[in-house]
Amino acid sequence: MLAYRAGKPVLASQFLADVTRLGPLLGDGGHVLNVCADRYRFAVGLAAGLVGGKVSLLPSTRTPAVIAHLKGFAPDAVCLTDEDDSDVELPLVRFPDDARVARPGKASASMSVPQIDAGQRAAFVFTSGSTGAPVPHEKTFGRLRGCMRLERERLGLTPGISYAIVATVPPQHMYGFEASVLLPLSSGNALCAERPFYPADVCAVLAAAPRPRVLVTTPIHLRALLASGLAIPDTDLIVSATAPLSAQLAREIERRGATRLLEIYGSTETGSIAVRRTTESEEWRLFPGVTLEPRAEETWAHGGHVEQATRLCDVIEVLGGDRFLLHGRVADLVNIAGKRSSLGYLNHQLNSIPGVVDGAFFHGDADTGEATVTRVGACVVAPGLDAAAIAAELRRRIDPVFLPRPLLLVPSLPRTSTGKLPEEALRSLAAAEQKSSPAR
Amino acid sequence: MTDNVSPLRLPAGSAGIAALSRELAGLIVTALNLEVPAADIGPDQPLYGEGLGLDSIDILEIALVVSKQYGVQLRADSEDNERIFASLRHLAEYVNAHRTK
Repeated sequence: MLAYRAGKPVLASQFLADVTRLGPLLGDGGHVLNVCADRYRFAVGLAAGLVGGKVSLLPSTRTPAVIAHLKGFAPDAVCLTDEDDSDVELPLVRFPDDARVARPGKASASMSVPQIDAGQRAAFVFTSGSTGAPVPHEKTFGRLRGCMRLERERLGLTPGISYAIVATVPPQHMYGFEASVLLPLSSGNALCAERPFYPADVCAVLAAAPRPRVLVTTPIHLRALLASGLAIPDTDLIVSATAPLSAQLAREIERRGATRLLEIYGSTETGSIAVRRTTESEEWRLFPGVTLEPRAEETWAHGGHVEQATRLCDVIEVLGGDRFLLHGRVADLVNIAGKRSSLGYLNHQLNSIPGVVDGAFFHGDADTGEATVTRVGACVVAPGLDAAAIAAELRRRIDPVFLPRPLLLVPSLPRTSTGKLPEEALRSLAAAEQKSSPAR
Repeated sequence: MTDNVSPLRLPAGSAGIAALSRELAGLIVTALNLEVPAADIGPDQPLYGEGLGLDSIDILEIALVVSKQYGVQLRADSEDNERIFASLRHLAEYVNAHRTK
């Protein structure tokens, strides 16, 4: 069994037939932006790309500005979509209608499984970089597959048993790409095509998936699931990533879901690199082969499946052997709902809006540890623009999760004589502005 | 859609819907820590995207509030789903039709 769609099994032969049929529709170009919302279709698109020697593009967001950059990066890119109306400004390839999918005939029984070279470039994932252009990171097929072999082991998935993997995260995000698409495809487990959103949907899709079953999700979805008061169907394993969970929330989830909860640590550049069972230890255990190296104030990851030495965006205490502790994010970094950016990048985008004289983003109030979402705010000097106009311009440039709340128009920013902007001064200004605003 | 007639249910289009809209606006502003005063959210202003500027994280938060306050469990596969968050009025009508408390 390779996948489940609405609870119905999809055989590997059907998958291969779908991949073969989609291949020619992707054209002669070398790159595919795969935005399929249905996880099964996404997987078919990914595999058809691999077979055809095409590279999948996985940007972290699809704002018009990012699509424009992608066009420059890969002028031959097409966009594979399963939606009727797409606002992505690339040549569109619609995922063919399921109703017209050829049922696998006798011929498919002898259909051979395509072999992909380990060195083949499978995907480019993108991080937002510090100025305008998204930064590409190459993912080769062999390293992705190697990482998934380790992930299967570290998640304790028994070889030879097919787990049904349900996920609330999109297949295009690095965590979802690995845990909800590559992991099932490369380790004999089955992906579930749906992406349940509301707690009631999560429970329904889980209940429809055969056991053993796994839920791949985030602290935000888990918190909503707990707070909904719904009965969580028994689940053999729950996997969480994008932000650390508190031990208390982890215990509550294990109890209510009659399950084990494992957290994955990783990044877009490195993929998954560590796992912990939060109810047993706050220490993370690295995947074999990966090394963490403190360099001055920074921590770098390299080795194993990590393609290139990568600076991690968290404050990390390296313990003995393969263990480490997380102590929060690096000051400039912003991580909202698994989307990463930096104050530097956001400030650059804000200040490139015509009419903005000066502007700066700041972190919202510190995380309360209850998996609530903390937003960023911004103070902006822009005589002649109103907040709505600035928000509309930002919406074209940055992912909506980073849109500032609040967006405060101020006469000037509290810069020092050298032009620096102390975060404390900025936050005091923001607090004073909010207090005096008529909204409060 | 089951027609679960509830004693809590108001006739559609009544003044009660307007009051429920205002109540929901207050709950949304509090739950999401919005800068906008609840009274400024128009009954027909879009909640998503360009309108009030909410995103899917907010929608999940609203779903929680709505389930706690009115006993309504939102479902994405409901055919009304796109309409529900089209505006405060639509949300109020949906809650009114499905509330269990």
